[in-house]
Formats: sequence, C-alpha cells, structure tokens
Amino acid sequence: MELNIGLRNTKSAIFKGIIVFFAFLITVPLIVVLGYIIKQGIFQVNWHFLTSVPAPVGETGGGIINALVGSFIMVMVAAVVAIPVGMAAGIYLSENPRSKLAYYSGLCVDILQGVPSIVVGIVVYFWIVKPLGTFSALSGSAALAIMMLPIVIRSTEQTLKMLPDSLKEAALSLGVPYHRVILKVIVPCGFAGILSGIMLSIARVIGETAPLLFTAFGNPYLSYSLTKPMESLPHLIFTYATSPYDDWHNLAWGASFILLMFVLVLNIFTKVLTRKWKVQL
Amino acid sequence: MYKKTNKFVENKRLKLSNSQLKWETIFRRILIAMSILLVVIILGVLATLIVESMPSIKSLGIGFLWGKVWDPVSNIYGAYPFLVGTLLTSFIALIISVPFSYAIAIYLGEYNPKGWLSDLLKNAIELIAAVPSIIYGFWGLFVLVPIIRTFEMKIGVAPYGIGVLTSSLILAVMIIPYAASLGITLIRMVPSPLKEAAYGLGATRFEVIRSVIMPYTRSGLFAGVLLSLGRALGETMAVTMLIGNTSAVADSIKNAIFGPGNTMASVIANEFTEADHTEYLSALIELGLVLFFVTVIINLIGKRIITRFTND
Repeated sequence: MELNIGLRNTKSAIFKGIIVFFAFLITVPLIVVLGYIIKQGIFQVNWHFLTSVPAPVGETGGGIINALVGSFIMVMVAAVVAIPVGMAAGIYLSENPRSKLAYYSGLCVDILQGVPSIVVGIVVYFWIVKPLGTFSALSGSAALAIMMLPIVIRSTEQTLKMLPDSLKEAALSLGVPYHRVILKVIVPCGFAGILSGIMLSIARVIGETAPLLFTAFGNPYLSYSLTKPMESLPHLIFTYATSPYDDWHNLAWGASFILLMFVLVLNIFTKVLTRKWKVQL
Repeated sequence: MYKKTNKFVENKRLKLSNSQLKWETIFRRILIAMSILLVVIILGVLATLIVESMPSIKSLGIGFLWGKVWDPVSNIYGAYPFLVGTLLTSFIALIISVPFSYAIAIYLGEYNPKGWLSDLLKNAIELIAAVPSIIYGFWGLFVLVPIIRTFEMKIGVAPYGIGVLTSSLILAVMIIPYAASLGITLIRMVPSPLKEAAYGLGATRFEVIRSVIMPYTRSGLFAGVLLSLGRALGETMAVTMLIGNTSAVADSIKNAIFGPGNTMASVIANEFTEADHTEYLSALIELGLVLFFVTVIINLIGKRIITRFTND
C-alpha cells in the first residue's frame, strides 16, 4: 500500500463505475429483444390469428391455432407424467438424503439437468418414434417430460428439506401413517415451493424446440391425436422464421409474441408465488 | 435424527391396521421406484446413444474425431469441423460473457444487494434466462445479422452476416444469467468479519473486492463459468439459425471467426431427419454421444465445486 489514499480512492471509484456499467449494460439486449418481438408481434395477434390454421404460401392471413393446441396438449401430457414422478423422486431424495440410491439418483438429476436438449430428442426418437414408426405428439411429450423432471425434483427436494423435522414428528407421534404424513402434512406445507418449481419447469419446456424436432416434428394442420405429428409454438416459429416468405415471417413474429407472453406470465406468477410464501428456490 | 425417526416409524408400524400398512408399503415402494426410474433413464440415454452410434464407432474408430471432411454423399464422416465450431462459438461466447457475469455478481452481491434497483436488475437477469432460445435465434436472424453484415463490410471481411461470431454474440447473452446468478449467491456468502477486517485495516472497496472477496469466491465463480460453458456447448436452436451451417473447415482464422460454420448440436438439428442411411445417422448420433459426455462432465465438475464450496 504505497499509493496515496487519493489515488486508491479514485481507483476504487473507477472500478465501481466499470462494474455498474457492465452490470446494467446487460439490460440493453434484453430490452432490445423484448421490444422488437413485441413491436413485430403485437399487431399480428387478433381473433383470426388465434383461431385459424396457417395459410398456404401465397395466401395472406392464417393463424397459429394448430401450434397453440399442440403446445398445450404436449406440455399438459408431459406435466401429467413428470409432476408425479418428479415429486415422488424429490420426496425420496429429501426423506432419505444419505441412502445409496439417493446418491445415485441425485447424481442422475445433476446429469439430466446438463444433458443438451437435442440429445434428449435423439434418444426419444429411438425410444418412441422408431418403434411406433411415425413422429408423434406422444414422443414430443416424453421428451418434454424428461426435460421437466430435474426442475420438479430439485424444487420438491429443496422445499421439503427446509421444513422443520418437528412437523413430521408431531404428525407421526399422533399415529398418522407415513404416507399420510407426507401427503397430508409435508407436501401441503411445501406446496408453494413445489408449485413454483412446476411453473418454472413448464415455462422452461414450453419454449423448447430442439427436443421436438425429431419427435413431434410439426404439422401444418390442426391435430388432437397423440399418435400423429403435432405442431408446437417454438417449432412453428422455427419453420416459419427460416422460410423465405414475408407472410410466414409475420406469422412467426406473432407466434413469438404469444410464446413470450406465456413465458413472461408463468415467470411472473412463479415470482409472486415465491414472494408470497417466502420460499426460496 | 433421521435414523431415530425411522426406528420410531418401524415400532409404530406394528400397531397400524393392515390396510394402512399396505398403503404405507406401497407408498414407500413408489418413492423408491421413481428414484430408480431416474437412474434407469440416464443409463437408458447412455445405452441408446452408444448402441445407435455403434455402426459409426466400428467403421470409423477414434479417427472420427479429427476427420476433417464431412461429406454424407460420399459417405465420409469427420467430426473435426463441428468440434472446432462448437469450441469456437462456446469460447468466444464465454470470453464475452465473463466480464458481464462477474460484474453483475459483484454489483448485486457486494455493492447493491438490496433495494428496488437490485431487484429490478435481478429480475431482468432471470428474464434473460427465461426467454426461449428460438426467440433469440429469430431476433438474431432479423436484427443482429444485418448489423454484423454492415460491420463485416466495414472491416473488410466477407459480409456473410450469419456465422460463428453472430452465434457467439447471441450465445453470450443467453449464458450470462447462469454464471451471474450463482456468483451473486456466492459473493453474498463471504463472511462479513473478513470484509470488515480488511476495511478496518484501511482498505478501499476495490481492494476488499480484489484481495478478500475474489480469492474467497474464486473457485465458485469458476464453477459458474463452467455451468455457462455447459449451456453454450449444448445450445441448439439459436445457433442453428445463426451459424450458417457449413460443414467445410475454414481456410483461415479470420474466416473461422467471421464466416459460417457448424456446431455439433446444429448439425444434428439440421441433418438428423435427412439422414437416409445407417452410417450417416449413426455418425450424427456419435456426435450426440460426444456432446453428451462433454456437457455432462463439465456440468458435474461445476456442480462438485459448488457443493464443496457451499459445504465449507
């Protein structure tokens, strides 16, 4: 510390300036991207846009109902599978933190979290698409369910670990059987935390495109069948954004706007939930 | 505590009625089965990737990794262009993103941990992570590409617009939240006595950050960067839309950075459904296998460092 104090203070102030500059500079791309999507997309959205299928090349108009329905069905089916499985595994991990199985399945959750989504797509292709012989919404849901699992498991585990042991002990001392203690006492106490984890996982997979490329594939028509190819919002954006037609680009901007709104609403909802119940994820 | 509770349950169990006992056993078995299912999924993923890439592993061997030509028409498969593309995009993105994620971590962890401004910035960062990659890709294609094209014309390289640099820029934005949010948590965990002691000796804020906070959190911040890297390596859609998808090896460093390329993830996304014969398909899956191993190892190292850091 040979420098005089004035110089050191200046240095400190300059450093703070640099840090603040970089920290806030990151909001620029966010605002630019969100602003551009909203500007391009908001005027595309109207009743016709939300209720009709995409128009063929050369015709104006058309909508994204096939993608809306498809995304909804696939995410719901994925959630119906992933939520119970994820919650059960999460309960096991928080209840038996020291068991050997918990170590290995915990490791698998970590691995699953890091698996690139495109790899999930490849694997589900061989698990479901190839045996069935066709691209299907079912395989898309399976891929999304695998992507949802780690988030649901970790949020369940972390929420339940924070609950005091006395809660469980009190219930057990009253002679309540174990499964009722978990289902009627422990899970309801951690409900907000688990729910926000579920919301987060839905927000995450609703925008996933890569695992759907080789599974649900996409479909220009409205389809409700789980065993047929199905369109989804992100896949529709991908197909139409990379096409050479302006009409299709506009459709993709509108779809991007809708997708962005979904993600935003889900995230805000999660935020409110975590704040109200003071849970931490 | 855990052992005791279990013994207690064990004693209690004797007195439970039969049907309750039955449900309890079923419930426990379901929990165990679901945890086993996770292990099965991971083993299944690994097995599927290995089995399906066997034809290519057998016929091409380890030379697959540095084969420079990828030409499905003549049945020649080399992963080198994609390895280079993946490493190049990821590392450029990492270099761009690190100053930002460190700055955010230091700002929200040390300078301004509470208050509306800090909340606002924190939400903004979470939002960056929440925006789907397809939207970044779409935006990049229509807004960033023309900007980069003008820039490339100014500096006198071939004005592709799309390419490695463009993808890296978008990737950098996408991965900042991962390192940043972990960094915030870690910097807040630095014990105040350490910082106060340094302030007590007359250190300025910058000196405290440099000589107390940074050394204390170094390993954790590095783990955050590793997690970011894992994201960048596996990111598919935004890169696929922006990188230009050329499987040829660039002839100069300038072209490798400014020109179009391909990553492992983007080549899989582009060619998987077109792969019309076994060897082509299995070469693509082998790329997926490599990608799987690399991202998993990087992620596990990152997670291990974090666990060690938070347990100390």
